[in-house]
Amino acid sequence: MNAGRAWIPLLLVLAATAGCGDSPDARQPLTKLSITGSSTMAPLIAAIGKRFERRHPGVRIDVQTGGSSRGVADTRSGLAHIGMVSRALRALEQRDLVGTPVARDGIGLIVHNTNPVGALTPRQVVALYTGGMTTWRPVSGKDASVVVVNKAEGRATLELFLKYFHLTNAEIRADVIIGDNEQGIKFVAGNPHAIGYVSNGAAEYALRHEVPIKRLPLTTASAPPAAGHPAPSPLARPLTLVTTRRPPALAQAFIAFAASSHVHDLVAAHYFVPLAA
Amino acid sequence: MYTTWWPPITLSHSRRDQLLRALLWSCASVAGLMLVCIVAFLILESAPALSHPGWRRFFTDAAWHPTEDAYALWPMLAGTLLSTGGAVLLAAPLGIGTAVFCQWYAPAWLAVPCRRLIELLAGIPSVVFGFWGLVALVPLINQWQPPGASLLAGICILTMMILPTTSLLAQASLAQADPDALRAAAALGFGRWGTLRRVVLPSCAAGLLTAGLLAASRALGETMAVLMVCGNVVQLPSSLFDPVRTLTANMALEIPYAAGRHRSVLFVSGLLLLLLVISLVGSATWVRRALRHV
Repeated sequence: MNAGRAWIPLLLVLAATAGCGDSPDARQPLTKLSITGSSTMAPLIAAIGKRFERRHPGVRIDVQTGGSSRGVADTRSGLAHIGMVSRALRALEQRDLVGTPVARDGIGLIVHNTNPVGALTPRQVVALYTGGMTTWRPVSGKDASVVVVNKAEGRATLELFLKYFHLTNAEIRADVIIGDNEQGIKFVAGNPHAIGYVSNGAAEYALRHEVPIKRLPLTTASAPPAAGHPAPSPLARPLTLVTTRRPPALAQAFIAFAASSHVHDLVAAHYFVPLAA
Repeated sequence: MYTTWWPPITLSHSRRDQLLRALLWSCASVAGLMLVCIVAFLILESAPALSHPGWRRFFTDAAWHPTEDAYALWPMLAGTLLSTGGAVLLAAPLGIGTAVFCQWYAPAWLAVPCRRLIELLAGIPSVVFGFWGLVALVPLINQWQPPGASLLAGICILTMMILPTTSLLAQASLAQADPDALRAAAALGFGRWGTLRRVVLPSCAAGLLTAGLLAASRALGETMAVLMVCGNVVQLPSSLFDPVRTLTANMALEIPYAAGRHRSVLFVSGLLLLLLVISLVGSATWVRRALRHV
């Protein structure tokens, strides 16, 4: 009998902890929004979430990263109320999900800040990335091998880059393949002959922290960069918040707030481009 | 040695002992069940990829472009084996050399700090090695042979990471040399080198080999550091300076962004890696047994 009773407290503890999980499906009025997805968007959405919490006392916004695909998957499965996806929704995803763009993020080319190259034409970028130009001599005069940094399969930045330059990933002759933006920036900062492309937000953040890289303009960019603002990039993607077709009211309120002009200062502070009101 | 037989310690029927036994049984089964669950999960997740495109394609496809229906895993298997093999080739002599020095040649005031330093080296998190490799080693190799991020960088980082494992296991094995045999060798007038070569090393061969194999299994599974310095290009390297991608780096790079068939193939690479590690640990056990009876 003693042995049998010894289990009772353990069972009680288990029963008590089982009720503690915050499931998005909880029936009581929602006070906690969980948001998962794109690592590019997470810092911005977390900042917007803080401002939203101040305006709605008692509400908590929980932001977790894991990539755009996770944002889509978690929203579908109900693990998250809102997903962060740093690209436009695909046709297949639009069947069961609704996307609201909240800002735009440019992708920019970066090189080491000692690299004398000034600007590149799209044709030169294609030549650099497909092995047509293997040294820097034709564009900067320096007789050094180009180290081409590409992104890993499945990344939103890679997709956008390929689409913009009309390339397939099989055509690219990469010397180094990286995962997230920070890894790319660290690699280029450590290699004077490297060229890579990363989110403008990430590149500006690194520049502000005196990482030795520089952003390369594409010479086709129509508008000259405005003073104090990052140059609008032709290589841009929408940063999108997604929900299922019937989101909870709180999620709707948050998305409306994130897409409103109340947060344009936060968007600009994270080096993204606010959407025109 | 005598063999122990269940029940190992006591024939007691007291409730405490029985309760303890039940508790320990469940601890042990949890540990065992975890492995079973992981393997089952890996097989389950790999199943779609194993039925289509099928395992043959992983070894016959020309390239790795999972979104364009090309699933060559073999260059990454080669990358894993080459980087691990290279690291073991470097770390084994270094580690065993260090162990022999600490155990046999170093004066006491040097042997202890030397051992503590190696233990400290074992405690450095792998991502720190990777970071050092990225900011120091890769630019250095780049000045010599661009792009710098290469098989060589991976081998160097892995060597540093498995060196302490190899050395500490080798020291433990050297310390177990039979004292009677040592005294006999001394009585026969063997010098230090003679004793080492004729008595200690042959009797410790099993332990030293096991040290190498266990270190290799650690190198196989290493992910972050390798991802940071190897360049991650999927190809069969033609020289030490070419970038490579390992199976672990492939999973870490692509799993957050993979869906459907692509995701399933990544689980296949996990399964492949698990099989490699199991066969290594298995051969370590086998070697140990085979050499003990020589």
